[in-house]
Amino acid sequence: MIGKNQIAERHIGSLLEDYPFLTSFFGDNGLLVDGHSDATLNELFSEFDEEEREEKAINPALLMNQAAEFINQMLAFLNEDNDVHALTILPGTDKSGVPEGFDSLVIKKSEVVSIVGPTGSGKSRLLGDIEWVAQADTPTSRRILINGDIPDSSWRFSTSKKLVAQLSQNMNFVMDLSVREFIELHAESRLVENPAEIVERVIIEANNLAGESFSPDTPITSLSGGQSRALMIADTAILSRSPIILIDEIENAGIDRKRALQLLLSEEKIVLMATHDPILALMADRRIIIRNGGIAKVIETTDEERTILSTLEELDRTILGYRTRLRAGESLLEGE
Amino acid sequence: MNLVTVSGPPSSGKTSVILKTIDALKQRGLKIGVVKFDCLYTDDDTLYRKAGIPVKKGLSGAMCPDHYFVSNIEEVAQWGIGEELDLLISESAGLCNRCSPYIKEIKAVCVIDNLSGVNTPKKIGPMLKSADIVVITKGDIVSQAEREVFASKVNLVNPSAIIMHINGLTGQGSFELSTLFHDEKNVIDTLVGRELRFTMPSALCSYCLGETRIGENFQMGNVRKMNLETGQ
Repeated sequence: MIGKNQIAERHIGSLLEDYPFLTSFFGDNGLLVDGHSDATLNELFSEFDEEEREEKAINPALLMNQAAEFINQMLAFLNEDNDVHALTILPGTDKSGVPEGFDSLVIKKSEVVSIVGPTGSGKSRLLGDIEWVAQADTPTSRRILINGDIPDSSWRFSTSKKLVAQLSQNMNFVMDLSVREFIELHAESRLVENPAEIVERVIIEANNLAGESFSPDTPITSLSGGQSRALMIADTAILSRSPIILIDEIENAGIDRKRALQLLLSEEKIVLMATHDPILALMADRRIIIRNGGIAKVIETTDEERTILSTLEELDRTILGYRTRLRAGESLLEGE
Repeated sequence: MNLVTVSGPPSSGKTSVILKTIDALKQRGLKIGVVKFDCLYTDDDTLYRKAGIPVKKGLSGAMCPDHYFVSNIEEVAQWGIGEELDLLISESAGLCNRCSPYIKEIKAVCVIDNLSGVNTPKKIGPMLKSADIVVITKGDIVSQAEREVFASKVNLVNPSAIIMHINGLTGQGSFELSTLFHDEKNVIDTLVGRELRFTMPSALCSYCLGETRIGENFQMGNVRKMNLETGQ
């Protein structure tokens, strides 16, 4: 751990050499360090007189602590091994205090589990328990283990180390950026080593998923619903560091859902999917049934159940065919 | 009694977050009250009252809301102690980005939302930078990537804060926040003698005193001019 005393007397130039990520720290905190590389942090801060400190709302002692804290976080972030190969859910109780209907649920990397149950049945609470890595300290008394062990509490509070990434129906892009700029910004915030290459990959994969392709220069706010979802999924699969992805229904329009799932699984994610779509539910290895705030049971998808999948997929293709004809301005009747 | 100060830009979701968090705290049998500070108008007090929460509201009117806050917080704390509250939550809107209504050793929570734009964290001053907990709302309507970028921007300006994501509509995350609100060790009897974490924005010019006319002849006191040559 680096303390503030270890950085206070160092030259800014050498600090930036050792910790290049401090550039954005200084920048976003309104400190101009250009041309001060021979000054120490203490010297830089002492240049401000009281009036200037109030003026710029700068508190040197706080900033020094924050700088040390930031360095420690980033070093931990760059070195840490966040490999999550298994998530275990240990049962608690439902809203009435009735024990949940399973013994222990272990979900491994590249597995899909679907979650079914009416609105308000407790899907958010289950997700909340996972995100908070509950240790019998939430209303359900569930316990969450990571790689079979009681996890480190840093999963709860660290910004860079979030267990769950979420994709849901009503999410939108709100930034005024092009697709490329947007993915670059995300890559930058994740401190990836080869940003250009990764950005390229995200865009290619997103186009593979989208029904209609889009260029890297398209503003993200003008992407269609399907294109937005495709980009969100590709970006989350490739750039998000969260090992668990929660998907809240993928609408069946303008996106290849099967391929989307395959992409997430090929990136070794654990996928939880809230859905009432039988095709998606059957793509999952298991499904969790939620009732009255608790997990009532866990059903294994059997081969017999999967035989229904081909019928459903055939129906799906038929509808998709009509959709394509509709979009192309054709008649829906064959041969017209 | 514990005191927790919650602030954040208007419409960031402070009231929703507080209401949901109180739901979780009440289940632990705690008695909670709220004081709402605002500028010209608020009807949030009816929302609290409807939820059965003892509430007081203060409108700063023509005064700087933060100056008003600090001039009244001790009296409000005494009200809370008189009501035998376990926890008093103060809610105030940060109306200028220089706001800083936090008190040393009193838990400070800043609420900001994902829709406010990625550059917002660096524009907000001590209200964000010196908070102990930063709550980010409205994550359910923006993409995962934007949530991650926004949180990393917050972390850049306040690395030591605990960052929590809360959905003010469903309450997701508010139970977790509630576990950080009540602290049996940090009981207060009075705030007299305590200090603000940061100086408040200062101004005392003729306009503070009711001047309405424009022109150099009418400007007195703490007046500052833009430098139009450099744009600074």
